[in-house]
Amino acid sequence: MSRVPVGAAPGPVARTVILGVVGALFAIPILAMIEFSFRNLAGGYTTAHWAGVFSPTAAVTYAIVFTGLGNSLLLAVVTVVIILVILLPTMILVQLQFPRLRRVLEFVCIVPITVPAIVVVVGLAPVYSVVARLAGSSVWTLAFAYGVTVLPYAYRAIQSNLSAVDVVTLSEAARSLGAGWGSVLWRVILPNLRRGILAAAFITVAVVLGEFTIASLLNRVNLQTALVQVSKSDPFVAVIFSLLALAFAFALLLLIGRLAVDRRIRPSRRDRKAP
Amino acid sequence: MTLTESPTSAAGATVELVDVVKDYAGHRALTGVTLTVRPGELVALLGPSGCGKTTALRALSGLEQVNGGSILIDGVDVVDVPANKRDIGMVFQSYSLFPHLTSLENVEFGLRMRRVPAAARRARAVEALELVGLENLAGRYAHQLSGGQQQRIALARALVTRPRVLLLDEPLSALDAKVRVQLRDEIRNLQTALGITTLFVTHDQEEALAVADRVAVMRDGNIEQIGTPEELYTTPATPFVAGFVGLSNRMPATLANGRVTLHGETLGVLGTPPPDGPVLAFVRPEDLFLIAGGETGGIPAVVLTTSFLGSLRRTRIRLADDTVVSVQHGVSERPQPGERVRIRLRGSAVSVSAIDG
Repeated sequence: MSRVPVGAAPGPVARTVILGVVGALFAIPILAMIEFSFRNLAGGYTTAHWAGVFSPTAAVTYAIVFTGLGNSLLLAVVTVVIILVILLPTMILVQLQFPRLRRVLEFVCIVPITVPAIVVVVGLAPVYSVVARLAGSSVWTLAFAYGVTVLPYAYRAIQSNLSAVDVVTLSEAARSLGAGWGSVLWRVILPNLRRGILAAAFITVAVVLGEFTIASLLNRVNLQTALVQVSKSDPFVAVIFSLLALAFAFALLLLIGRLAVDRRIRPSRRDRKAP
Repeated sequence: MTLTESPTSAAGATVELVDVVKDYAGHRALTGVTLTVRPGELVALLGPSGCGKTTALRALSGLEQVNGGSILIDGVDVVDVPANKRDIGMVFQSYSLFPHLTSLENVEFGLRMRRVPAAARRARAVEALELVGLENLAGRYAHQLSGGQQQRIALARALVTRPRVLLLDEPLSALDAKVRVQLRDEIRNLQTALGITTLFVTHDQEEALAVADRVAVMRDGNIEQIGTPEELYTTPATPFVAGFVGLSNRMPATLANGRVTLHGETLGVLGTPPPDGPVLAFVRPEDLFLIAGGETGGIPAVVLTTSFLGSLRRTRIRLADDTVVSVQHGVSERPQPGERVRIRLRGSAVSVSAIDG
């Protein structure tokens, strides 16, 4: 009999190969982009493209990219607020008071993923002619559409946390200790949903920063539409901005990841201020 | 610190449930429960799952709204008072410590809700932790504690606000046997020392008999019988109580003129007797005994199995009419499977029920 372990995990060689293949899958396009951004059209390499992006005149030349980035960040923030103000309380309420509606809510939240963005836009176009009349046509109104687009992701992130915590018993315990509904929500439920909320916020930011179809078809400027526009005139700059956008998203991920570090493993904290 | 002088001690309140009714989607979970708990008394609500014992507790706590009847604490109807204003401490069956707070912060929670200043809050919380013997675990989070420790902290958290009433909803059922018995006795000691009126829900009759001043046996949404553990055990009012509290052998018997005859022996009847005729008699294992070899008479039987239970031995035997019963006897007697033995009845009265299917 061989002594090869019969566990489900692959052996060390297979592990290395899998890691290598997956790593390459991610690394190659990024490395290719970096390589491309240093290319000189006349042959050889140059830092001229990067220098151009960081030159004092860049803010004027590539104004559209900065406008797009600003719009996308604004949209990300508004979309996160929509998720936190509408989806989160709804989910908590359903979990606590209307457990029978859980399936319905799940279904409703998953639906947007089954409809292609291009189809959504067809429906959104007439809706937005109304939205424009009511809320103006500034770019932030796009967040209404994004709020729907990110529902499946945000729902999943929050729900996995919600199912792992016995919110019903915890809130009953808090009630019996004299907490009103506000305290139950603020002091018991939300602190225990932190990870789910942060995960939902991050995935929302990631989706919004990467959104192209809806913004493009509704003629709004966001990061992705701006990048496409720039790439039409200068492909090098478009690639550099794409790389910067990637780095930015990565930094954001690290930041949110740090915030989400489980505080429970740290020693006792100082008292927080009473409300 | 002596428990009786502890500032955590609370004067016990009188709790009265009067004709409390609770419906759940067409199903009546409580069918008019009436119960009075005296100040400082520990009453256990005992019954099989679905009998309404937890519903009764939750109705008292305010976590469930009732559909009828009144709930009085010290004579004041609290039916319309929300759960967070009823001033009732509660320990739950499932672990309910707030995972994001330390043990100390958990215990402080109720005081924080009552806006007790920080210094006093901390002092009282530490004191409550001392009460349950876990002051050295003040900085731990729930996931760093064992099940027994978590329930002790939950108990400290429920007691620290000096509630008028303490409700325990199967607080021991998730624990292993040894911790269960230990914590059960601790709860009883603490409750006696603090003099707090307590309701203890359990499906474990041994637990109920061990901790309670009085036990209320519940069935189908109402109280079947309430009494001291001894009363329930020795004079069960109904066959259900006889069957549920303690072990009982069900033996076919004949009822006539208020006396019951089984295997040639005639005994009195506990509770209200059913109509004369064939009945089932409920006989405790300790009311049956094996006759020593030399003696004559008694009921002949064959030994099936025997189990050693430490201080006593319980043997299952089959009688001539094919009834299988348990007999309790000393460990020095060692009946062998297949052995022919004789048994005799002791006691003067048994609980009986009509044979219905």
